[in-house]
Amino acid sequence: MGGGSGSPYWLEMRGISKRFPGVQALDRVDFEVAPGEVVGLVGENGAGKSTLLKILSGAYRRDAGSILIEGCPVEIQGPDHARSLGIATIYQDFNLAPNRSVAANVFLGREPRRAGWAGRLGLVDGQAMRRRTRAVLEELGVAIEPEAVVGRLSVAQRQMVEIARALAFEARLVVMDEPTSSLGQEDVRRLLGIVRALASRGIGVVFVSHRLEEVLQVADRVVVLRDGHRVGMLPREQASPEALVRLMVGREVSAGPDGAPGVPEGARQGPPLLEVRGLTRRGVVQDVGFTLERGEILGVAGLMGAGRTEMVRLLFGADRADGGVVRLEGRPLAIRSPREAIEAGIMLVPEDRQHQGLVLKMSVADNIALPSLRRLARLGGLRVDRRRLAQLALNQVQRLRIRTPALSQKVMYLSGGNQQKVVLARWLAQEPKVLILDEPTRGIDVGAKAEVHELIRSLAARGIGIILVSSELPEILALSHRVLVMWRGRVAGILPREAATPERIMWLATGHEVLESRRE
Amino acid sequence: MEPSGQARAAEVRRGAAFLRMQELGILAILLVMSALLAVRAPQFLTSTNIFNVLRAFSWIAIAAFGVAMVIITAGIDLSVGSVMAVAGLAAAMLLQAGHGTVAAVAAGLATGWLVGAINGALIAWGRLPPFIATLGTMSIARGFAYGLTGGWPVRGLPASFNRLGQYDVPVGPWQIPLPVLIMLALAVLCHLFLTRTIWGYRIYAVGGNEQAAALAGIDVRRIKLLVYSLSGVLSAVGGILMTARLGVAAPTAALGYELDVIAAAVIGGTSLMGGEGTILGVLIGAAIMQVIRNGLVLMGFPAYWQPAAIGAVIIVAIMVDQLRRR
Repeated sequence: MGGGSGSPYWLEMRGISKRFPGVQALDRVDFEVAPGEVVGLVGENGAGKSTLLKILSGAYRRDAGSILIEGCPVEIQGPDHARSLGIATIYQDFNLAPNRSVAANVFLGREPRRAGWAGRLGLVDGQAMRRRTRAVLEELGVAIEPEAVVGRLSVAQRQMVEIARALAFEARLVVMDEPTSSLGQEDVRRLLGIVRALASRGIGVVFVSHRLEEVLQVADRVVVLRDGHRVGMLPREQASPEALVRLMVGREVSAGPDGAPGVPEGARQGPPLLEVRGLTRRGVVQDVGFTLERGEILGVAGLMGAGRTEMVRLLFGADRADGGVVRLEGRPLAIRSPREAIEAGIMLVPEDRQHQGLVLKMSVADNIALPSLRRLARLGGLRVDRRRLAQLALNQVQRLRIRTPALSQKVMYLSGGNQQKVVLARWLAQEPKVLILDEPTRGIDVGAKAEVHELIRSLAARGIGIILVSSELPEILALSHRVLVMWRGRVAGILPREAATPERIMWLATGHEVLESRRE
Repeated sequence: MEPSGQARAAEVRRGAAFLRMQELGILAILLVMSALLAVRAPQFLTSTNIFNVLRAFSWIAIAAFGVAMVIITAGIDLSVGSVMAVAGLAAAMLLQAGHGTVAAVAAGLATGWLVGAINGALIAWGRLPPFIATLGTMSIARGFAYGLTGGWPVRGLPASFNRLGQYDVPVGPWQIPLPVLIMLALAVLCHLFLTRTIWGYRIYAVGGNEQAAALAGIDVRRIKLLVYSLSGVLSAVGGILMTARLGVAAPTAALGYELDVIAAAVIGGTSLMGGEGTILGVLIGAAIMQVIRNGLVLMGFPAYWQPAAIGAVIIVAIMVDQLRRR
C-alpha cells in the first residue's frame, strides 16, 4: 500500500485535540488512512467519533494537532474545502435536496455547463449530467434512474446517491457515519460490498458504526476511541466483538452503591407504579415492556438510534403508539397527548431543552409556570394571578437553586445547567408520579451535573418513579436501581443493578443478545 | 413569605420598565415624525385633523390587533382585507333586508368569526401553511363579496347603523369619533387578554417554541384555532366600522388592506418569527402608517406616488427598530 512520497498514508491526523465548554472532546488523537484501506472507527456515544469526523470534514476546527494529505500539511477551511481536497463525508442525515433529481443531486454545486457561449451564460448541460450520473451508478452496480426524484427513493438508494456523488467528485477518501443504521439486512450486505469495491479502486474509507459485526466484516483495521482518547487499534485478524467492547468501555466505573439506595420495601406492595406492555410504534419502537416502582430509578441505556427517546415520547403522548398497554397504579391509561399524560402525573423533560423544552424568549417565571397556568388562574382562566405565579416560580428557583438575576430574566440568557433546572422546575411544581428524564445532563457543566444527580436521587426518595434515559454509562450506573437496555427499538434486556456492568450493557446494546425482558 | 432578593430585584426592574420598553423606539419614531409634520404643515396639529387621522387608522388598528396575535403564534393572516369587506357586506345586506342594526352587526361579526375559524381549522387540523390557507380564504371571501352583490355596492344604509362610524362622542372639550373609542377599548381588552389570561400566555408560548409548548401540555391546535378566529372577528369589527363610516358596502372595499394591517403589526414590533409583539406596539405601528399618509397629503405630495413613499418609510422604520434592538 505504498503512497507516493514516504508516508504510506493518504490521510494522517496527528495529535488532534478539541475542547468544548466543559468537555475535552478529543485529546491528542492520531488517525490515518491509506489508499484502498477501510478503517473502522468505534466507540461509545460521546467518545469523540463525531468530533473527529467533523474536523475531518471541515465542520469544526481543531484546537491542536496537524492534518496531512499525501504527506503535505493542510488547513481544512470548511466543508467545501474538504470536498475539493478529496474528502467526501456521508452523514446519517443525508445532505440531499429531496425535491431534485438524482443527477441534479450528484452534481449539486458542480453542475457541468454547456459548451460555448451557452455555458458562459450559465446554461447547464443536463444531458452530460445525466450521462455521467448513469455511468457512476452503473459502476456502483445500482439500478437508479438519474431522472428519479430523490425524495421518492428508499433510504438505501439515497445512500447510493451520496456515494455516487463522492465518486463523481473523484473523492480519495469517503467517510461514512453510521451508514447502516437505517438499512435492512439485504441493503447492508450490498453496502458492505460497495465499500470493498471502493477500496479496491484505491479509495480510502472511514467506516463508523455501532454494529461491531459489520465493522469487522468490512474493515482492514479498527480504531477505538474512548473519552476523547485513542485507546487502541486492532488489525482485523486480532479484532473480535469482545475485544472491541472491552476497549470501548475499559475505564474504571464506580457502580455508586452509595448514591442509589434500594427500592423501598413498601413500594413492592400492590400494583407497580407504572406497567408497560407491548408498547409499539411501527418502525421505531417494538414491543417494549417494563415496570417501574414508586421511588425507583430505571435507567434506559442504548446506543444512538436505539429508540430510547422515541419510546419515552410514546409514554408521554408526544407521539402516538400503534399498540401497547400502559397502567399507572394498576389503572389502564389511554394517553393521546402530553396534556393527558400530565394530568395523569407522567411528565417528560425532553432531550433537547433549547428546542423542545423551553420558550427561550419567555421569562424564567413564565417558563416554570407554563403547565401550571390553569391552577394559577382566577375566573376560569380570565386572569392569571401574577403574584401566585411569581411565588410558585420563586419557590422552585430557591428549591433547585436556579441561578438567575431575576424571575423576569429571559431563559435564553441562563447557562445550560440552569436552563435544565428550569425545565425540571416546571414539573416539580406539578407533583409528578412518574418523571421521565431524557439526557438530563447533556451539555451542562460538571458542577450543575452533580446538582441534577442529587436532585434526581431526592425525587426518587420522595416516591416519584423516575425513568432516566442517558447516553452516559457512568450516569446510568451511578443512579439506576435497574437498567433497561434498548437495541433497535426493542428491549434487549433489563438488568438489576448488581448485574449491570458496563461490559454487560454494551454487549446488550450492540445487539449481541436479545433477552426476553424480565418481568417480575 | 418575605420577598427575597430576587423578587425585589424584579420589582426594581419593573420600575425601569418604561426605559426598557420595547415600544420606546417606535414611539420615538412616531413622535419625531409628528413633530416634523407639525413644523412643516401647521394644520397637522389641529384637533379636527388629529381625530381624522385617528379615525382613519382605527379599523386598520383593530384588524391589526387580531393579526398581531396570529403573528405572535408565528402564523400569518392574509384574509383580513377580504374579511373586512365581507363582514361589512353581510351587515349591509341584512340592513337592506330590513333587519335592525344589532342583528346586522351580529351577522357581520359571525361572518368574520366563520372565516377565521375556517382558517384556524385548515391550519391546525388540515396542516396547511398559514400563508397558503389564508391566501385561499382571502380569495374565496373576496369572491363571495363580488358574487353576492353582482359587483354593485350596497347603498342606503340606515342612519342608526352609520352612526357607528360617523358619530362623535363629546368628551370634555373634544368630539372623539366613536370608532376611535372602540379602538381604544379593544386595545385595552386585547392587551389584557394577551398579558393576563392563560390563553395569552399560551399564545406567546406557542409562537416562541411550538414543540416546547406542546410538550408542556398545551393544546397547540386549539390555540391556533383561537387566534385565527379572533383575527376574523376583529377584522369584522374593523370592516363594520369602516362600512358605517362610508355609509356604503362595496365589494371592493378594503382591497389590499391586509398588507397595511400586517405592516402595522410588524412596525409595531411584532416578530414574524413568532413569540414577540404587543398591542401597544401595534397601535403605534398603525398610527405611524396613518401619520405618513396624512403627512404626505398635507405636504401636497402627489397622490399617485404615495405608496412608494409609504413603502420606503416602512422599511426605514423597521431598520431603525432592528438597529435599536441590537
